[in-house]
Amino acid sequence: MSGASGHAANHGHGHDDHGHGAVHGHGSFKDYVTGFVLSVILTAIPFWLVMGDVIGDKLITGVVILGFAVVQIVVHMVYFLHMNTKSEGGWTFLALIFTVTIVVITLCGSIWVMHHLNTNMMPITADDARHAP
Amino acid sequence: MASYATDALHRDGVAQADEPSFQDLAGEHHPEGSTMLGFWIYLMSDCLIFTVLFATYAVLGRNYAAGPSPKDLFDLSLVAVNTAMLLFSSITYGFAMLAMEREDVQKTQLWLAVTGLFGAAFIGIELYEFAHLIHEGATPQRSAFLSSFFTLVGTHGLHVTFGLIWLSVLMLQVRQRGLIVENKRRLMCLSMFWHFLDVIWIGVFTFVYLMGVLQ
Repeated sequence: MSGASGHAANHGHGHDDHGHGAVHGHGSFKDYVTGFVLSVILTAIPFWLVMGDVIGDKLITGVVILGFAVVQIVVHMVYFLHMNTKSEGGWTFLALIFTVTIVVITLCGSIWVMHHLNTNMMPITADDARHAP
Repeated sequence: MASYATDALHRDGVAQADEPSFQDLAGEHHPEGSTMLGFWIYLMSDCLIFTVLFATYAVLGRNYAAGPSPKDLFDLSLVAVNTAMLLFSSITYGFAMLAMEREDVQKTQLWLAVTGLFGAAFIGIELYEFAHLIHEGATPQRSAFLSSFFTLVGTHGLHVTFGLIWLSVLMLQVRQRGLIVENKRRLMCLSMFWHFLDVIWIGVFTFVYLMGVLQ
């Protein structure tokens, strides 16, 4: 994981001089291949963890594969979408930060609130559900 | 009301007369810049649509109504193949963009076609999966879990389908007019759209399929 973020930092540096306005600053062949190889690794490991039941604990496995997903999203953003803090004078990055904030609030808020509502509901058994109107 | 209006008019007049204009009305700088930023903001709002669908799935995804659960339904090896298809299509689109940079029309078209094939394979496998589920009685009406599952994954599939239509139209455009500035801009927009869908798919296969089977 630290290797991936280290790569991302290097990449950002390498493109400083490239500072064009476009969101889609064009990546090089090396960028695409690096991104692809990282993506394959970051996809294969979660599938292997779940399909092979490598870690016995389900909670730990869940947290680990979510971690891999976050890293892979960053890899895609950097190597395929060529995201950086400089493009369009920083406006794309600002829009991204704003969106990520809303995404986190919506997801965490929904799960949190609805979990509490669920716990306060009357318990329902599978048999009840089967005979529900 | 009237005084406000005249006030605004007055200020407007002053601004035009005395202050330098900060608006690039002639569009001299970065003619493609505003399109890219606008398209990026569209993608961000599209991201919010998926966020709402993910949140819905997070809330409803465990309500099976005594019906089948993800463990009974999902075939992870099929999902792995599907993920590979989308990942391959992402890098082939990248190669198409590199060929576009080199002004190589033939190679651009070739890589776009390969991307389209991988995308079509993705949609084909997904439709096969959906048909299989519905055949087994796991329809969207069966439970809240299946309703939210079909809505989330179906919306992503619909996006990929429209991406494929867009891709075909652009291949036709490039064939007719070559790699003119407008077509390059369109290809760059589709590139962002395509990679964005791959990003959403990372969330889908992790949160829906892998974590679903894990439960």
